[in-house]
Amino acid sequence: MRLISVLVLALSLFASPAAAVLPDEVLDDPALESRARELSLELRCLVCQNQSIDDSNAELARDLRLLVRERLVAGDTNEEAMAYIRARYGDFVLLRPPVQKSTYLLWFGPIGIVIAGVIIVIVTSRRRRANAAVAAPTAPLSSAERTRLDAALAREDDTGDRG
Amino acid sequence: MRRLLYFLPLIICLGIALFFYRGLDLNPRDLPSALINKPAPEFTLPALPGRTVQQANDGLARTDLTTGKPVVVNVWASWCIPCVAEHPLVDRLAKREGVTVHGINYRDRPDAAAAWLKRLGDPYAKVGKDESGRVSIDWGVYGVPETYVIDGDGVILYRHAGALSPEILERKILPLVKGGG
Repeated sequence: MRLISVLVLALSLFASPAAAVLPDEVLDDPALESRARELSLELRCLVCQNQSIDDSNAELARDLRLLVRERLVAGDTNEEAMAYIRARYGDFVLLRPPVQKSTYLLWFGPIGIVIAGVIIVIVTSRRRRANAAVAAPTAPLSSAERTRLDAALAREDDTGDRG
Repeated sequence: MRRLLYFLPLIICLGIALFFYRGLDLNPRDLPSALINKPAPEFTLPALPGRTVQQANDGLARTDLTTGKPVVVNVWASWCIPCVAEHPLVDRLAKREGVTVHGINYRDRPDAAAAWLKRLGDPYAKVGKDESGRVSIDWGVYGVPETYVIDGDGVILYRHAGALSPEILERKILPLVKGGG
């Protein structure tokens, strides 16, 4: 029983989420079809917006899947087929935003924040060390202080442990 | 000075909160069109059968958009609920404001579309039927209704996705069609 459930779990790890591609859309040429699938995963379904057209059951997504396949069959390269869709729907149709002036913040912002954080950590730790170095060389205890300290410690020993 | 530094995280946090709060009111359907200020795509569509107005039997093609006068192209379907909501405004645009409005009937059954126009009124000059939705893809349509303003030379000046509102009509569309004509 246990073995079976482990087996089911192990096998389910290999399962990939079902795509929305219908059998009648699939191209006969497996190479073209796999290119079409690859492109479909990169294109946003504009109806559902956070799904790729490969995932989406919307009619527009189906139309776009067919259009991508049509362009590939017509001899377009992957880039040409993407450019064809992008010319109609703009950058938003691309799930992976292109690196350009308007997306610099998006692409490099996180790295920038990490770098700023590292700089802040380095600067503050340096400053702290410098402060510590200034404060460290305190004078050794004078003999009077030493006696008082010893006396205090001795008192602690007497009264500290009362069981 | 030091004190102020302690408030910095709070200030940054408030800034981010404000940013996201503003985002709550933005309409995710309000996507910029890739075709603004570009020529409208080449296309020819057959006429929607069963209409009774004057130009009912003419299909719609790109040449209808280059007559020297600004026109409005409205993409609609009989199965589309927001299209019913905006229809009085399309009607007003055509009949009261005297603007030429062409229709693209998107992924629809011709008989249902014709019945819809009979029921709600037919403000369109020409209606092309786009049963496959292919021509609409060339326009960058991603849902109905969508409304485009085209200048007299076939260049797309403005696109509105979703149902028209009186504000959109008065502030965006009318100035464009009146200003250009």
